[in-house]
Amino acid sequence: MGKLFAAVVAVVTVISAGVFIARIWWLPPDISVLGSGIDQQMTETMVASGILFVASQLTLALFAWKYADAGDGRPIKVFPGGATPMVVISIVLVSAEILVLTLVGTKVWGGIFLSPPDPNALKIDVQAEQFAYYFRYPGLDGKLGLAHPELIDASDGNFYGLDFANDTTGRDDIVSASLVVPVDRPVLLSLHAKDVGHAFYVPELRIQQDFVPGLVIPLQFTATQVVKKEIVCTQLCGLGHFNMRAYLDVVTPEQFDQWLKDQAP
Amino acid sequence: MRPSYYLSLGLVVLATSAMGPAATTAPSDGSISGTVTFTGTPPKMKPIDMAKEWTCAKQHTTPVMTESVVTGPGNSVQWVVVYISAGEAAPGAAPTTPIRYDQKGCEYLPHVAAMQTGQPLEIYNDDQTSHNIHPLAKVNAEWNRSTPTGSPPIKTTYDKPEFIAVKCNIHPWMHGYFAVLSTAHYAVTGNDGTFSLKGLPPGKYTVTAWHERFGTQSQEVTVATGEVPKVDFVFKALPY
Amino acid sequence: MHESSAPPTGFLRKHVFSLDHKVIGKQYLDLALVAVVTGMGLSWLMRFHLAYPDIAIPGLGRFAPNAAPGGVMTPELYLSLMTMHGTIMVFFVLTTAPFAGFGNYVLPIQLGAEDMAFPRFNMMSFWVTCVAFLVLLAAFFVPEGPPISGWTAYAPLSAIGKDAGPGQGMGQTLWALSIAIFCVGQLLGSLNFIATTLDLRTRGMTLMRMPFSAWAWFITSVIGLIAFSVLLPACILLILDRVAGTSFFIPGGLVVSDRLQPHSGGSPLLWQHLFWFFGHPEVYIAILPGFGIVSHILPAFARKPLLGPKVALVCMGAIGFLSYTVWGHHMFLSGMNPLSATLFSVPTLVITIPATIMVLLWIGTVYGSRMRFTTSALFCLGFVSVFVSGGISGFFLAQPSIDTYLHGTYFVVGHFHFVMGVAAMFGIFAGTYFWFPKMYGRMMNETLGKIHFTLTLIGVYATFMPMHYLGLAGNVRRYSAFTDDYMKGSLPLHRFITMAALFTGAVQVIFFVNLIWSRLRGARAPDNPWQATSLEWSIPSPPPFDNFGGHHPVVLHGPNEYGGTGPAGDCVMQAAPTTQVTR
Repeated sequence: MGKLFAAVVAVVTVISAGVFIARIWWLPPDISVLGSGIDQQMTETMVASGILFVASQLTLALFAWKYADAGDGRPIKVFPGGATPMVVISIVLVSAEILVLTLVGTKVWGGIFLSPPDPNALKIDVQAEQFAYYFRYPGLDGKLGLAHPELIDASDGNFYGLDFANDTTGRDDIVSASLVVPVDRPVLLSLHAKDVGHAFYVPELRIQQDFVPGLVIPLQFTATQVVKKEIVCTQLCGLGHFNMRAYLDVVTPEQFDQWLKDQAP
Repeated sequence: MRPSYYLSLGLVVLATSAMGPAATTAPSDGSISGTVTFTGTPPKMKPIDMAKEWTCAKQHTTPVMTESVVTGPGNSVQWVVVYISAGEAAPGAAPTTPIRYDQKGCEYLPHVAAMQTGQPLEIYNDDQTSHNIHPLAKVNAEWNRSTPTGSPPIKTTYDKPEFIAVKCNIHPWMHGYFAVLSTAHYAVTGNDGTFSLKGLPPGKYTVTAWHERFGTQSQEVTVATGEVPKVDFVFKALPY
Repeated sequence: MHESSAPPTGFLRKHVFSLDHKVIGKQYLDLALVAVVTGMGLSWLMRFHLAYPDIAIPGLGRFAPNAAPGGVMTPELYLSLMTMHGTIMVFFVLTTAPFAGFGNYVLPIQLGAEDMAFPRFNMMSFWVTCVAFLVLLAAFFVPEGPPISGWTAYAPLSAIGKDAGPGQGMGQTLWALSIAIFCVGQLLGSLNFIATTLDLRTRGMTLMRMPFSAWAWFITSVIGLIAFSVLLPACILLILDRVAGTSFFIPGGLVVSDRLQPHSGGSPLLWQHLFWFFGHPEVYIAILPGFGIVSHILPAFARKPLLGPKVALVCMGAIGFLSYTVWGHHMFLSGMNPLSATLFSVPTLVITIPATIMVLLWIGTVYGSRMRFTTSALFCLGFVSVFVSGGISGFFLAQPSIDTYLHGTYFVVGHFHFVMGVAAMFGIFAGTYFWFPKMYGRMMNETLGKIHFTLTLIGVYATFMPMHYLGLAGNVRRYSAFTDDYMKGSLPLHRFITMAALFTGAVQVIFFVNLIWSRLRGARAPDNPWQATSLEWSIPSPPPFDNFGGHHPVVLHGPNEYGGTGPAGDCVMQAAPTTQVTR
């Protein structure tokens, strides 16, 4: 029975690790400036923990195989050196790994979430609601109208609650259901939620951020390829959560300017 | 206004609303007809961005517009519910023919569905995506149900008169109305703003016009045998 | 401390409102059994729907006419099933069985006590938990169905009320009420465990002579006391937000279902902090008893002492302590200050150290052993394997810079199912096969047990390992369908997982058959079928009402005295009169 157990664990380990190594399912291609740092961090962690995974599973299997049905007659053997080498190995190896990953990882994390926004960034206001995203760009006046929750009227397309009657800055705001951005230009999103918690996730951009009702949260990225990808919600927001998405449309700067002109209300 | 979809809808609208419900008409009965128009500047209809639901977006060659204020030639106003709000002896029993309400191409068809209290209502999902339908009733019981693709129609009725805003939570642009009326004499204006209430015995009536954005207006009308009084409603429109 | 040591005679006092810790322990285990069957049934429905979203499930329409019209599952029913599955499994299975169930039954005996310190509290603790379970189940029967906001019940979705969706009315209130009641039961239980451990140890049972399982339950009860005393007020605040119009978790200016909500000034992050301050330690409430059970059982079957017993205790203590410093790793992307991500990431990674040491100690114990591969031993080894698998994926999620990609994907689902679901379940199975003879006086069938183990091990890997692949590919969790978006490509893998999950579930029938058959027809169990050392094996199977027949055992040895040679075999019972062992 011990041998069967060992065999099962070994086979499971090899298959599990094999699929990772073969990259049958893997991250979609990265399309952002900061994504490569995350990918590198992912690969490093994958290698380190992959070795740990395979080593510990196979050792377990090996011991189970070796001492399977050893019978009560055989004298027992204590692991060489007792517990001390394990403690030392764990503390030294794992600490070193933690140190390295934290140092590198904090840099990557800081690059996304702690670095000051680029002054040249394209600023877009993002509203998440059950179960859609709306993206708002300032019109010709370069100003966004003030949003008033009590004026929200989705039946009239006023998703932001703009006070068209009294606030002229809002009249030319462009509200789009797709996030259209020019390639290679930093984008600074201001995330706010209309109703409950949501999230902004574009796997290809390698970023994810919750929308928290009551907070305005900045999020920046720079897309490096002209592509169209999905933005999905990863924070459970209600019955239509599975359907909450929008499209990220990365276009050339010329296309972007044209799009802005076309959208002007 | 996109004629394509209203053409396809034309029969439904005509049969169920513009010509009024199938009330038994005695030869002596009169009717009331008229037009609903606006003065001022109505808000512009805005294109609806359905990008997130491509199964719906691909059904429309031109953008679908918001329907909270739909106007037509000659300043006519569409989607106004005109009905007898007072003066009837007793409302007849509710018809058993169901009112059909469709979720198609991520729109509610028709935008405003009028029905008599107690009349069966059937809600269909004709799309390849799940909808949920959430009538925000205040007088009647409020409910919120999903209609996944392939599910049978929701069959329900409303017992109390009420104008109920209807929304789909999954597709925030989808909005419509249920006009639940205690009378069998009602009409919903088409794009030309006209209506006709038929089969009215002679008497004095209050005719009310309701619009989701413009509110309600009422007029007193006396119907005598053989007469067809004209009743026109004029709503004042503001651009914002 | 006890009213009387005579066994009760009335049926109610004996079997229902019993003060006997053994009866209460079994009651907890029975409750967990009902809960786990329910929870697994829900997961089957979910998995089936994910794999075959358009196929109507026969009979479902009858059970839930609005939530599954014509048997076609609505998105809200999926989320309801998911919420109830998570809640039932985490609270009513993973908390009750390994901790309250086995703990209640075994802890007093292992300490040489007649009963728990507060038998009446103990009884109340169970019945309060039972009420909590019934209140939760009641959510299935309210008109709009069970809540849809997940077992984490994030505000404001959970706080607003029915505008937030079906099930968010009465169903969500019942959920919050159920969890609040559950907290009361666990607080009573935790206090009882602590008092029992500190006060009722028999003569000679020093803290260092306590079996590892007793230590684990003790540490768990300390964690539970702090964790549940935070969750309880959190649930009360949630209920107040829902029914009394307060705004603890709801900020102003929210428009839900076209209605401006009459709230202002609350913070959704407050709920997350309170919930995860409980929620992360809860993971260890589920898994630490497993640590203890495995550390206790493994030496008995390896016929050698656990490697580094003191190190193991320090590790368990360290994990218990660290569990309170890491809750923010659930909230890296929640909008809290990004600087604090590093603050929470480091202790999370540091927990890996004691966890790694524990794993190495277990593996090192197998080295050079005379391993007896009983079903219980196999589940211990399986525990080590799945814990490693689950723990290693935690290494990814503990890093904010990787979590920014993997958060909210199936990678997380695979991770926590391995590390707290399957690992804890393997601990429960190991404990069941180990203590069943003591509890019922009959042996379980080993052949069925080994088939059950092998198929379960294969099944759980086939179910949960592919979820990591899905997560890497960016497949988002908590979606009721993947049919019409970029995740469509994952459908074949989802189908495979569904098959594996159905298979794993079906395999559990073997376990139930074994339970019932062994209960009725199993071979008679001797006092000490496994030649183990702790006190529960020094008394008859099943134990008499007062455990030790009125006398108090005197403990002279630690629990880890295996692997010697002597007249009484290769181990020394804890209460053996003299040292019989020579090494």
